[in-house]
Amino acid sequence: MGDLSLSAQEWAAISLSLKVSLVAMLASLPFGIVVAYVLARGRFWGKSLLNGVVHLPLILPPVVTGYVLLILFGRRGPIGAFLADNFGIVLSFRWTGAALACAVMGFPLLVRSIRLSIEAVDLKLEEAAGTLGASRALVFLTITLPLILPGVLAGMILSFAKAMGEFGATITFVSNIPGETQTLSAAIYTFTQVPGGDAGALRLTLIAIAISMAALLASEALAHVVSKRIKPQ
Amino acid sequence: MTLTVEIRHRQGDFTLDVVFQSEGGVTALFGRSGSGKTSVLRMLGGLTRPNEGRLVLDGEVLFDSARGVSIPPHRRRFGYVFQEPRLFPHLTVRQNLFYGHWFAGRARTGAKEPSRILDMLGIAHLAERRPGNLSGGEQQRVSIGRALLSAPRMLLMDEPLSALDEARKAEILPYLERLRDELDLPILYVSHSVSEVARLADRVVVLADGRVEATGNASKILGAVSPATGREAGSVLSGRVTAVDAASGLATIGLSGTQLVVPKGALEMGRALRVHIPAREVLLATVRPQGISALNVLEGTIQSISLTGDGAADIQLACGGEYVQARLTALSVQRLHMVVGMPVHAIIKTVALGVR
Repeated sequence: MGDLSLSAQEWAAISLSLKVSLVAMLASLPFGIVVAYVLARGRFWGKSLLNGVVHLPLILPPVVTGYVLLILFGRRGPIGAFLADNFGIVLSFRWTGAALACAVMGFPLLVRSIRLSIEAVDLKLEEAAGTLGASRALVFLTITLPLILPGVLAGMILSFAKAMGEFGATITFVSNIPGETQTLSAAIYTFTQVPGGDAGALRLTLIAIAISMAALLASEALAHVVSKRIKPQ
Repeated sequence: MTLTVEIRHRQGDFTLDVVFQSEGGVTALFGRSGSGKTSVLRMLGGLTRPNEGRLVLDGEVLFDSARGVSIPPHRRRFGYVFQEPRLFPHLTVRQNLFYGHWFAGRARTGAKEPSRILDMLGIAHLAERRPGNLSGGEQQRVSIGRALLSAPRMLLMDEPLSALDEARKAEILPYLERLRDELDLPILYVSHSVSEVARLADRVVVLADGRVEATGNASKILGAVSPATGREAGSVLSGRVTAVDAASGLATIGLSGTQLVVPKGALEMGRALRVHIPAREVLLATVRPQGISALNVLEGTIQSISLTGDGAADIQLACGGEYVQARLTALSVQRLHMVVGMPVHAIIKTVALGVR
């Protein structure tokens, strides 16, 4: 119980979790910004439908989301077969599949946070930037994006934290293969299922708490710095 | 420079049907709130799309509903100054100022030297500050500088002083007069304030209920009593500062054949300016008054008397080469037996004069 040194399997689970979470967060960020912008500013038919689809993983049992991913992105699934045949990308039972599952699960949190900050941006500032010669794309890059940075950062941290804790969808979609798809949560679950696994489970639990705390503190510090830059006093 | 505006637009119950032309200099779009001034300016800037119409600047079609042309705002190259400063909070004052300058690219080679514009507006020393740390007046001056540095072909100003208190207005007005006199840049200035329009505008377009009610030079329009000028109707005289007395805080303005004493404010010797004299601030006396506090006593003769029908009378006087309007009660006109051609003395309190 007192042994705090980590086994190879535990190290693998930790580094895999970090890799999967970072990739999930970064890969979903551009899509998150686009979808948030469209939901905040767009007026089109089917907007509530898009909003519903984006939020679905928040409400569905994670196992259902994982199973839907398996149907769509598995080797024989419509999207999975297309990706494998045309690009050689295989997601099922790979760490990339774990990243996809985490990205989908964290997406509603990411979009929600960015959308709220886009809605808080004063349209008058964007209008003024337009009259000064900036096209819509440049207005977005030079005015909107810097102003929503705190919201984007908050969304990224939420998405990362969700990915670190994601279990149900991941294990359903890509299973629990040590070294390939066995993330921190899956490893803890595995340890609790075998006799004598308590020490390993406890060590990983402490690590999980430490990583989550560090992420939270980092986001607080970043948000503080950014909001100070945007609104002095 | 010629700007042609033809707009027809419906918004709920409000119909806008406006046609006018603007040549160089300062043209004021003048009218009460709700008359459609700001809407016209927004359509010019490309921020609102009119239902129908044509906007042409020096032969370049900016908008033409018949031909389906609509140039987006960022390619119209108007400098737009809004009611609020709208400075970008995440940028420093310098970055704000040069925001449009950077996008102007090659077009800015013909523009005025940036340092000259910053000096003219008195904002060079603010460059490293954040917009949130500036006073309201400073913010609005930065916003004007930002519009000027974007190398605009014309400046559109939407009541740039209305969000400021009297002291801040007085602080900015002289800067606007300098811009008008020192930069060769046409300005379309939206305002409902007679005193601002009197001081700044060469020509006035009066809007009422979405229609052009009158156009003409500033002194003609502001001299006429109308719903738009209201209690502020009066005369606008052009002159030049001939003396400044720091001790008494007064300045003397030479007009054609007469002169006026006004509060010194920020006036400098030799400066050309316009003075707005509200007609209700003018007293008339049939003999030269003795022992009164008012510093301005102008000799003149009555040119016309028109009764307004509600117990008041509008009187026009010729004082030297200038015309001054006075508004009296019909009763006074009757008691003093005022008739056209009668010599009178016009008494105007210095503190009532528009150089606030």
